[in-house]
Amino acid sequence: MSSQLTQIQPLSQPVDIGDEVATFSPEVEEEIDAHLAKYPVRRSAILPLMFIVQRERGYLDPPGVAYLANRLGLRYTDIWEVATFYSMINTSPVGKYHIQVCRTLSCKIRGAQKVTEHCSHKLGIKPGETTADGRFTLSEVECLGSCGTAPMFQINFDYHEELTPEKIDQILSSLP
Amino acid sequence: MFIGAIGCEPLQLARMHVENSRSIDVYRKHGGYEALKKVLETMSPEDVINEVKKSALRGRGGAGFPTGMKWSFVPKDSPKPKYVVCNADESEPGTFKDRYLMERDPHLLIEGMLIAAYALSSKLSFIYTRGEYRYLIDIMNRALAEARAAGFVGDRILNSNFSCEIHTHTGAGAYICGEETALLSSLEGMRGHPRMKPPFPAVSGLYASPTVVNNVETLTAVPDIIKMGGEPYQKLGTEKSGGTKLWSVSGHVNRPGVYELPMGYDDMEKFIMEDCQGIPDGKQLKAVIPGGSSVYIMRADQIIGKDVRMDYEGLVTAGSSVGSGGFIVMDETVDVFESTKNLTEFYKHESCGWCTPCREGTDWLVKVFKRIANGAGRPEDAQLMLDLCDNIEGKSFCPLGDAASWPIQSAIKRFPEDFKKHLAPPEI
Repeated sequence: MSSQLTQIQPLSQPVDIGDEVATFSPEVEEEIDAHLAKYPVRRSAILPLMFIVQRERGYLDPPGVAYLANRLGLRYTDIWEVATFYSMINTSPVGKYHIQVCRTLSCKIRGAQKVTEHCSHKLGIKPGETTADGRFTLSEVECLGSCGTAPMFQINFDYHEELTPEKIDQILSSLP
Repeated sequence: MFIGAIGCEPLQLARMHVENSRSIDVYRKHGGYEALKKVLETMSPEDVINEVKKSALRGRGGAGFPTGMKWSFVPKDSPKPKYVVCNADESEPGTFKDRYLMERDPHLLIEGMLIAAYALSSKLSFIYTRGEYRYLIDIMNRALAEARAAGFVGDRILNSNFSCEIHTHTGAGAYICGEETALLSSLEGMRGHPRMKPPFPAVSGLYASPTVVNNVETLTAVPDIIKMGGEPYQKLGTEKSGGTKLWSVSGHVNRPGVYELPMGYDDMEKFIMEDCQGIPDGKQLKAVIPGGSSVYIMRADQIIGKDVRMDYEGLVTAGSSVGSGGFIVMDETVDVFESTKNLTEFYKHESCGWCTPCREGTDWLVKVFKRIANGAGRPEDAQLMLDLCDNIEGKSFCPLGDAASWPIQSAIKRFPEDFKKHLAPPEI
């Protein structure tokens, strides 16, 4: 989504999809079928299915792309084109716990920077990095709709609001 | 955080503090699904559209387009299927009302969608929820299962000839998908790029079929409009801004929250200082962004002693707009240069990249902001930023470009001192 002309960079990383196609358990296949059944057009299920692949495989990896292409009757590039548009679709591995600190205005003026710094200091990583053990990834993200309970972060899909340093310590240490 | 109504009886927030308000039994005990019954038993689709027209309900997502009129644009004679899509992609910085509506009163949204679907003869509806709101999708799915089991969703609803299925759908982190045509692209499984209008979605929307896209707050207003009638609903507000409006209040106030106010609430100063209990730590009010990050920022002296009426017309007169009702309050410690830089970074990140003015313009603006923040500001930079905004505003493919320009234009105009101090030539 960032600019492509002013920052000279490849449009997206070339990826060798390879021959491997992801496989899933019958339960997951059933879940996927249920999503496909909702839409008059199969392609509409692409985002829900990407989240499932991501949940099962950690991120949308090349075998996952191949699986989705087969399942949806699309080309690899169709899958890749959509995957690279959306910030919640991870095309590279992320930590087990993805800490996403809201950085937008309402959180900013209520101390978002301190939340990021506290996490950064505690985990020894900068925003955009993952701990060596693969446990935590720290990101700064745009408005998550918790402006009245700022500052906040989301860990994977869980909201944690009205954060203080003590509360952050407690949340991070209580993660399994 | 406060959730409640001021200056009126709570309508949309009526069940926010009721125990177990998510369950269908509690919803029905509080008059839930009565509006749907009334519609199916006594009203034609045209009747419903007429009531909504009379209510002067305007789209609560930000654009403020009259809802009844939007519905009436759907061609009745089209042989194609028709779709109702709920826009729950709430991503406008400062806005969080839809979240609480869905979290605490999911059946109100379902009932509103069913009534809309009846009015538009739609058999299939989707709730497009932003990906980060996964827990709300779970809540909506549970509520939909309850509604299906009770015969409110599915085939021949309440033994009428009306059938309608509602499904949830997830976004995946893209602000642009709150723009209705981008939302439809995304729902079709594409990148979330906006589409050319016309044709408007009412004529050619989802799968090139007639489609109405409405915000959560808009749709959740519908059951009350049906129950009380369009005119009484309108009279809660003003002539052109009917009913009540939810304001998401954040930033430097003692009591942030979701406030339901009658349209035309008098006045903004009282709202901030009394209802929201003023500014913390005895600080002075400096600025307010009243309608989500995309609207003009207001100076305190445009508010204090100015009797700013809180509705569509009142806020335009006062020099801003209602937008999504994302009401961000800033005290004297805020540097408006910094706050505007923060929002510009947001727009740069969220520009979808489809059209050049927005993609390149927002990127360039962030570069200028960063250079100034690094101490290399030049006196002519304010004009440079205004020129850049001028090349985005009205020249980009969708309103995101305008939304990126307005905060900067209004901030430079209304807080020149905050910019000047960063733009002075370095002392030697």
